[in-house]
Amino acid sequence: MSGKDDASLSPLQPVETLEPMEPLGDVPLEAKSRREWVQTAIGAWSLRRTKVGVAAFAALFAIAVFGRFVAPYEPDEFVGPPFSVPAAGYWFGTDFLGRDVLTRVLHGGLSVLSLGIAATLIGIVLGVSLGLVSGYARRWLDETIMRMLDVVLAFPSIVLAMLFVSILGPRLWLIVLMVGISHMPRIARVTRAATVELAGRDFVRAAVAVGVPKRKILLFEVLPNISSPLLVEFGLRLTYSIIMIAGLSFLGFGIQPPAADWGLMINENRIGITVQPWAVVAPVVLIGALTVSTNLMADGLARAMMGIDRDTAVT
Amino acid sequence: MPPLLKLILIRLGLGLLTLFLVTIVVFIATQGLPGDAARAILGKEATNVARYEALREELGLDRPMLTQYTSWLAGVATGDFGTSLVGGGQKVTTLLGSRVANSAMLVFLAALVSIPISIVLGATSAIWRDSRFDNVVNLGNLSLAALPEFVIGIVLVLIFATAVFKWLPSVSNINALVPLTQQMWLFVLPVATLVLAVIPYVSRMLRASTVEVLESEYVMMARLKGISESRVLWHHALPNAIVPTIQVIAINIAWLAGGIVTVEYLFGFPGIGSALVDAVANRDMPVVQALVLLVAAVYVVLNLIADILTILISPRLRTGLR
Repeated sequence: MSGKDDASLSPLQPVETLEPMEPLGDVPLEAKSRREWVQTAIGAWSLRRTKVGVAAFAALFAIAVFGRFVAPYEPDEFVGPPFSVPAAGYWFGTDFLGRDVLTRVLHGGLSVLSLGIAATLIGIVLGVSLGLVSGYARRWLDETIMRMLDVVLAFPSIVLAMLFVSILGPRLWLIVLMVGISHMPRIARVTRAATVELAGRDFVRAAVAVGVPKRKILLFEVLPNISSPLLVEFGLRLTYSIIMIAGLSFLGFGIQPPAADWGLMINENRIGITVQPWAVVAPVVLIGALTVSTNLMADGLARAMMGIDRDTAVT
Repeated sequence: MPPLLKLILIRLGLGLLTLFLVTIVVFIATQGLPGDAARAILGKEATNVARYEALREELGLDRPMLTQYTSWLAGVATGDFGTSLVGGGQKVTTLLGSRVANSAMLVFLAALVSIPISIVLGATSAIWRDSRFDNVVNLGNLSLAALPEFVIGIVLVLIFATAVFKWLPSVSNINALVPLTQQMWLFVLPVATLVLAVIPYVSRMLRASTVEVLESEYVMMARLKGISESRVLWHHALPNAIVPTIQVIAINIAWLAGGIVTVEYLFGFPGIGSALVDAVANRDMPVVQALVLLVAAVYVVLNLIADILTILISPRLRTGLR
């Protein structure tokens, strides 16, 4: 945010949510090419941190998706005594039931990654829709939507998910939906700000003047022009989704046993942390590497969008 | 009515409105959705219609939704959150009393440690902008901000409690009968985890606002007048840079109230976070309602305080109204 005329100085505006990332830049001042987000991505690629992020993410993605095909055992196969330290046959030792840690690690990334991506997409779709409507409709509809989003903000995301899990139980669709909903306010606000700004521009006015329907203006004039901030927002939200999904699994409200999942593995094996730390260390390192890699990419995109081209950053 | 007062009253009204809407969401999530508490408690025995109906009646779930809501809200307004569904039917308030105190202490200590560190880190990296120091802090913040709290916590446990050194306890089993001040070592790792999780946000915000202030015309003016650089910094730049940070600090303290969930669970810390995990696992609805409401209220109230402070402090807002 530019800091001049946003939430920080207008007390009537609700304040920002917690972000694991750099603030966003300003809204584009004029109609840009529809391929704007491509430009941002290319700009981001010139930063070393983006390359590191992409490389790490690609490696982790490969482990999560293809790892299962090289796993030495079945994920629910008992290969030794519980909490065995690494030895020949099980290089990372066994877990609390005597299953192979390496195998379970190779199987356990897909759930958190796919649920994280799904939650992010839901958040983007919901947030963008509300933001477009809110920013273009203004007046009472705008007010109502924004007030509703304030209410969502009042719940820390993990608490919001737990609130609904308490009665409906730990269903995966519910968790993905709640994580998506918790992203909604921030994405809606970014979209709304951009829409308000764009709605006053000449090219939108021209479209209105020639009688283009509202829906088309929003989808074909406004939306392509906020593709860059949305791309940044996607990266940012993906990081946050993964943090939350892994966190919920860690608490026991996400993926349920006997499935192999990184967050769940940490929970199951932490009682043996003094005897067999690898069953905890391996998933911890992978979750940490995954969130850091997505955040590096998001940061690269944010910098590229803001035009801060500082190649001097140490990586 | 003076415009400043009016602005504050409007903000107060909006805060109350949000709180009211929050109670509706909490109520609907816990009592208004299909699959009610009675079914949740009975589990498979819910097929026993007589028992199910009896329990529904006992819990008051057979009443119309609006009646349930108003009686619950009336209770909440007078500080009565009902009785816990598990653990011998204790009052929710007595059950949670010491836990609220423990968590409040945890959040207080985390804020106390993290805010000065963040301010120093943020301000120094703004002053030495683009230096090696700035870059290292920036990248450190970026990575720390991306790590889930429980990952930070486990790494700390591995380093300081189990695998590398065995200096600190990995479990914070606080004794309710001993004053908290005598068991401070049990707070060290949970507080350190929260501190590391909060620093990135506050320090980055402070860096951004300090950079902005340092580039402003009044700081340039002050420098041109020949005022010493340290005086420019302490009297002109930093006080203004901290204003937008007030809200970030407030949100972070509010975030701590939610972020403690995974951290308390990890360390077995007897606070509201671990209580919430237990209550959700046991489907103890009155406890879930009380805790979620508490956490949301903390967020709304802290935001309110931060907004009012911002209104009172920032000169542009004050003068803009006259």
